[in-house]
Amino acid sequence: MSENNMPKKNPLSMQIDLAKFEKATEEEKRQQDVMSESSTFFKDSMKKLFKNPLAVFSIIVLVAIILVIIFAPMVVPYGYSEILKVNGMRDKTAMNLGPMQFSENELKYMEENNVKLFPHIFGTDELSRDYFIRVVYGTRVSLAVGFFASIIVLIIGVLYGSISGYAGGKVDLFMMRIVDVIYSLPDMLVIILLSVVLKEVMGESTGIFAKLGTNMISIFIVFGLLYWVGMARLVRGQILSVKENEYVLAAKSIGAKPGRIIWKHILPNCLSVIIITTALQIPSAIFTESFLSFIGLGVAAPMPSLGSLANTARQGIQSYPYKLLFPALMICLIVLALNLLGDGLRDALDPKLKK
Amino acid sequence: MSDTKNLVEVRDLKMHFPVKTGWNKTIPLKAVDGVSFDIKPGETLGLVGESGCGKTTVGRTLLRLYTPTSGEFRYNGELVTEKNMPSLRKEMQMVFQDPYSSLNPRMTVEDIIGEPLDVHKLYSSRDERREKILKLMETVGLNAEHATRYAHEFSGGQRQRIGIARALAVDPKFIVCDEPVSALDVSIQAQVVNMFEELQEKLGVAYLFIAHDLLVVHHISDRIAVMYLGKIVEIADADELNENPIHPYTTSLLSAVPIPDPNIARSRKRITLEGEIPSPLHTPSGCAFRTRCPYATEKCAQECPTLQDRGNGHQVACFNR
Amino acid sequence: MSEKILEVKNLHTSFFTDSGEVKAVNGVSFSLEAGKILGIVGESGSGKSVTAYSIMQILAGTGKVVEGEILYKGENILNYNKNQMRSFRGKVCSIIFQDPMTSLNPTFTIGSQLMEAILLHTDRNKEQARERAAEMLTLVGVNEPEKRLKQYPHELSGGMRQRVMIAMALACEPDILIADEPTTALDVTIQAQILELMQDLQKKLGMAIIMVTHDLGVIAGMCDEVIVMYGGRVCERGTADAIFYHSAHEYTKGLLRSIPSASNMKEKLVPIEGTPINLLNMPKGCAFCSRCDNAMKICLEQKPDEMWVGEDHLASCWMNVKKEMQEKAGVTNE
Repeated sequence: MSENNMPKKNPLSMQIDLAKFEKATEEEKRQQDVMSESSTFFKDSMKKLFKNPLAVFSIIVLVAIILVIIFAPMVVPYGYSEILKVNGMRDKTAMNLGPMQFSENELKYMEENNVKLFPHIFGTDELSRDYFIRVVYGTRVSLAVGFFASIIVLIIGVLYGSISGYAGGKVDLFMMRIVDVIYSLPDMLVIILLSVVLKEVMGESTGIFAKLGTNMISIFIVFGLLYWVGMARLVRGQILSVKENEYVLAAKSIGAKPGRIIWKHILPNCLSVIIITTALQIPSAIFTESFLSFIGLGVAAPMPSLGSLANTARQGIQSYPYKLLFPALMICLIVLALNLLGDGLRDALDPKLKK
Repeated sequence: MSDTKNLVEVRDLKMHFPVKTGWNKTIPLKAVDGVSFDIKPGETLGLVGESGCGKTTVGRTLLRLYTPTSGEFRYNGELVTEKNMPSLRKEMQMVFQDPYSSLNPRMTVEDIIGEPLDVHKLYSSRDERREKILKLMETVGLNAEHATRYAHEFSGGQRQRIGIARALAVDPKFIVCDEPVSALDVSIQAQVVNMFEELQEKLGVAYLFIAHDLLVVHHISDRIAVMYLGKIVEIADADELNENPIHPYTTSLLSAVPIPDPNIARSRKRITLEGEIPSPLHTPSGCAFRTRCPYATEKCAQECPTLQDRGNGHQVACFNR
Repeated sequence: MSEKILEVKNLHTSFFTDSGEVKAVNGVSFSLEAGKILGIVGESGSGKSVTAYSIMQILAGTGKVVEGEILYKGENILNYNKNQMRSFRGKVCSIIFQDPMTSLNPTFTIGSQLMEAILLHTDRNKEQARERAAEMLTLVGVNEPEKRLKQYPHELSGGMRQRVMIAMALACEPDILIADEPTTALDVTIQAQILELMQDLQKKLGMAIIMVTHDLGVIAGMCDEVIVMYGGRVCERGTADAIFYHSAHEYTKGLLRSIPSASNMKEKLVPIEGTPINLLNMPKGCAFCSRCDNAMKICLEQKPDEMWVGEDHLASCWMNVKKEMQEKAGVTNE
């Protein structure tokens, strides 16, 4: 060490209070190291999520959309399949109105009776139905399809993947080959075939199935049959890596049974990946539904979905371009918000996954 | 010492893992290849060796985390089998190396320590469970206020204490300690080593203390066994082994230990071993150490030396020393 | 006294994380003389590796040198531009890391990785670079160098890989070699081989080495000078003998007491109580005060300055001030 590195200090030249050189008590020392505030993994992640402006924005958008689709039908006095009536009479002049316009009959009626009718926020369609309420119902259908399809995928995928991953060996090999086979099936073809077959089989049935339409059911079945494989593979991969942790070994050495080990030790540690994948699965399911409806394989008329609304609007695109705009915008908004939320969740729950 | 009954008796324990080398072709990886030792109640046997020598596998095989290929393991005179193992899990426990990966990050300290109690149903009420857990936390020097915290909020040393409390929960008589201090900071190691010693005095548990740090092992152990490529090459009293090592591998191992004293470090002559440890997939014929041994002869290549008593229970497996 | 090749003055390096600024290195000063081995010892989180990375300017993501100077032969390398820094790394100063498994690229042969380093920093052509690579491998004790050049990292053992890493670091004859825990991932017998090799090479090539490690045993066997770090600050620095035999900081003393050695085999170890410091929550005074047996009131309130406690020996501990005051008082009383 060189001499000029640091000037020599004479301790006695400093003004020092001698009392400070007494031994500190244990109490005083302990005050120095306080453990930081207790927080769970989940709390931490949520804090991180709410610091992400994009994720917060998506949450706000989604909450707004959900509130609208829940409460709008209670406020708006029109039905999604109902042709507009004025004074109990079908209003023939109410076809293809623009946003916020009233038809001639309605204007006359309002003038005569001096009342105000509820405005047609998005206008009306070619069958004189209120377009706003149709978009609201379409969003309901699309969101519900996305949500339930993802739940189906979640349940099947997690069950299959965790059994395959935990069992390992020959069982794993066999189960994963099945997954490979399913992966190689062309999904669109299967949906079209299934909806044809289902139409034959269910033909006359009534109730909820009929209301949903055979196409809708085949979408669910296809999700149940085909789309879980991605989730299963992911869960299996996660389990294989989590299984290597010493705490799993520790649980085994304690004598814990496999069920307990999967439930208490392995799945909770795969949870973040499962949540993220599910969140990202919803927009993809919505997209698939919209696409199928757009090509005419979606929900049965008169039930609207965002895809079928867009399809109908396509025919009059030159005269009424806004009719395409509303459902398309809605799809974009939902899918974008869900994707951003999924990304935000991924960053918050599993920072290692961030590329 | 010699007339007390052995708590643990291991005879010719072998653990071979099949390794795929091609289509339908497997060769055995001889992780543990004929290991025998005894541990008396309240005694600590240190097991040292370099990575890949099979010391961790010995510990895990004893606890039946792996099913041994062959060999006998008697606990308290009773032969341990697949059948009676579940009940014996209350007697034998394990402390793991990595205090980060050995605690489930999604569980609170209370649940981690309470898990053995849950599995073996060792309490009759929630209150009793909580009381037991708090007592265990006190035993290992953890603050009871921290029972509801998650493992990631603790430092390495505290985490290792949680791991030890979990092992103690079932009141075991034998604990396998798999490198319990090697992942800890130097200033924390002594805390944990001391705690192991205090627990042994208080509870009379026996340890199989697996480690690669010879100084720590020497400090904590009554006897030390040295492993090389799946076999024990020397086993003796801790001090005896340190002062009078016989097997050439032990000698070089001892001389390679870095000693935190500049004068000793400068004056000491290191016996540096040539070469590296052979792969356990292709162990040399005869004595496994002969490829690196300065005293190797023809005989070493043909025959495998067995442990021979050189007096005072100092056993060595070598022809030439 | 030999030439000072590297001087670090009042270095502060911080990482800016979500939970706040982490002052990983907090006012570290030292100098390195040409041809000497300097050891930096400390626990995880003591800032020893970050100090080394600051010199190489290879701090991860959010890390930044916020204050201080790093002088190489009088030039502040913190003012270097990207090109100058690139030639500083490798040509003047190179680093070997703890884990030889991950610091070699698994998709290239040993030869191409070695040659890349040589081609980048010298004006040799490919043929000469190849020769130089083989020569370097021989130098670090790798047998059959020609064959090894064609092999991939996974075909070599851990010890061999670390030798290759050393060869790569030394290929361009740097003045300074930084070794960040070079033997921690290796077995005891292999560790001894590598340490011996580093000492040999140091004698042969005459470069200065900064040895970053947590192992006091490694330090004792290798280093001329030692820096002991805790909580991002220097506790004490001086010659190896001074540090080991005349420790003047409570942390160093405690550390030496707590490790098992030939002398305390029969006794209980004397551990340092408490838990390592939380860098997000640094105390006002001495970083070590909450774990120190002899902590005084002043330790909790005021950071101790570095003070000379002997020839070539600096320490920052209030105990030394107290001792000197007591001695002074004793003298005047008599």
